[in-house]
Amino acid sequence: MSGTRIEEHPILGETIKGKEITFSFDGKEVKGYEGEPIAAALKAEGLMVHRYTQKEHKPRGIFCAIGRCTDCVMIVDGVPNVRTCITPLKEGMEVKTQYGVSDKPFE
Amino acid sequence: MKRYDLIIVGAGPSGLSAAIEAAKRGIEVIVFDENEKPGGQLFKQIHKFFGSKEHRAKVRGFVIGEQLLEEADKLGVKVELNSTVIGLYQDKEVVVKKDDKVTHYKADAIIIATGAAENMVTFPGWTLPGVIGAGAAQTMMNLHGVKPGKKILMLGSGNVGLVVSFQLMQCGCDVVALVDAAPRVGGYGVHAAKVARTGVPFYLSHTIVKAEGEECVTGVTIAEVDSSFKFIEGTEKHFDVDTICLAVGLSPMSQLLKMAGCKMEDNPKRGGQVPICDEHGSTSIPGIFVAGDVSGIEEASSAMIEGRMAGITAAEFLGYIQKDEMGTELENLDKALDGLRQGMFAPSNRGKLIEKTDEGIEVSESLLKKGYVSDDEIERFPGVTHKKGIHPVIECTQNIPCNPCQDACVKKCISIGSNITSLPIVVEDGDCINCGMCVASCSGQAIFLVDEDCGDGTATVTLPYEFLPLPSEGDKGIALGRDGKKVCEATVVSVKSAKAFDKTHLLTMRVPKEYAMKARFYKEAE
Repeated sequence: MSGTRIEEHPILGETIKGKEITFSFDGKEVKGYEGEPIAAALKAEGLMVHRYTQKEHKPRGIFCAIGRCTDCVMIVDGVPNVRTCITPLKEGMEVKTQYGVSDKPFE
Repeated sequence: MKRYDLIIVGAGPSGLSAAIEAAKRGIEVIVFDENEKPGGQLFKQIHKFFGSKEHRAKVRGFVIGEQLLEEADKLGVKVELNSTVIGLYQDKEVVVKKDDKVTHYKADAIIIATGAAENMVTFPGWTLPGVIGAGAAQTMMNLHGVKPGKKILMLGSGNVGLVVSFQLMQCGCDVVALVDAAPRVGGYGVHAAKVARTGVPFYLSHTIVKAEGEECVTGVTIAEVDSSFKFIEGTEKHFDVDTICLAVGLSPMSQLLKMAGCKMEDNPKRGGQVPICDEHGSTSIPGIFVAGDVSGIEEASSAMIEGRMAGITAAEFLGYIQKDEMGTELENLDKALDGLRQGMFAPSNRGKLIEKTDEGIEVSESLLKKGYVSDDEIERFPGVTHKKGIHPVIECTQNIPCNPCQDACVKKCISIGSNITSLPIVVEDGDCINCGMCVASCSGQAIFLVDEDCGDGTATVTLPYEFLPLPSEGDKGIALGRDGKKVCEATVVSVKSAKAFDKTHLLTMRVPKEYAMKARFYKEAE
């Protein structure tokens, strides 16, 4: 799903972004802007599922977008439970879908 | 342990306003906020605010945020970001977590301005990716420049649901329906009307049966509910959507106050667990004050006044000002706050069904049930008059605290009077010069300039337009009625933009003259 970035807004004008950078999502190279939340960059790429729950293996994605609900946590640079909606994106970050608290898909 | 005269928790509209008032009086203030950026929710608010000049009416929320930050900065207010206050103790000790470090502070006075959190509702499928809070939608689109979805269903017809629906359309999303279990629209009628006229259908007395999809939302089913909120069989309606947005109210984030030992109460009129406090924010613990949504859910405009009150009260508590100085200042602020708390949506009227305006006019039934005033109801309001030539038509039909239209007209064609919740009146002998300032100044986008008979069988209607792409002169499209349905063909006569209009463009369209009082929105032909 492309084109989810707002190029020009009737009230806010052009979206001012940081430097374009590259990071990885589940091993694939993805582009985003430095300093924006990881979740915003992934949303712009059309990603919906950030993690699967430990017990019932149910999908979760962005819900509150302000760091409160923890639905959007992922594994970032090897650390699980990182709230992607409030963690700024950096060049070369390794972001992975979280299964329970692991990056290994459930059997 | 670090010491401060005054510690404020929360750098939103109330916290910053409190900090400004305190700093003006020479107090050393520090403000902690858990977010990466200050301003609270103000930077997500892109609509023009209501109120009067003293409440910064007709200024857009994010601009107010910039003004507050600049003022606080000039006064030397220290704002510590990414700093979560994790503890507040009775002797005014504060524990703050920043990165992986916890620091201990002590203050002589504390103002808690933590705001509120969004409420949620549950239904089958509510945990699916694609079900989001209305605040999340605002955060993504207005702060991060990313569309929250393509096709969206909004649940909740309070001001948040209405305003966010409009914002979603402004950034290019498609809002397929606005749904509320309540039998009546909860927010301002003018907010509802500006959404309805673009063609969004309202489903009152309806709620979500289930969100559909395996990995993420692919659709939603709603159904009508009876007066005890039970689904009525056979009324199910399905929509293909990728996003469901929840705007079902806010709850005060008052946990720190409870932790500190402040006396609390459960008050549904204030939105939940709130501290027991006086009208200027003093809690049961001397030296601990509150301001903004944490002590009762209201608007950002009132939060700013409450913040100033708390800042001044804290200054007196700390001995930086005398009691009589505080008294005079608070008296003025009381008046300003009182102005905002009048009218149909006053906190004291919450939950009440109001059948008549203060002027004794029956309120629009259609507005409450469908989101728009019907053609046969509109004529009874004092802003809707007829005369030769161009004149304003003000479709403002509820007593809400707002009066920028009165100041906008240099020709004094519009009158509200001293009571800011009165319905605007179009003055009979007013000499409208078609400047458009009233149209652009109306925060509710409820003013139109109409020439009912141009002499050639046509009429012109000028309306506020805040969408992209902007139509251009000569474009042919369709005119929509208040209900969002096609009324006739329309040609764009002009699209005016001016700095004074503050991003509200004035679109003038020509329609057959019989539709002068029906055509209220312009849409490109499909």
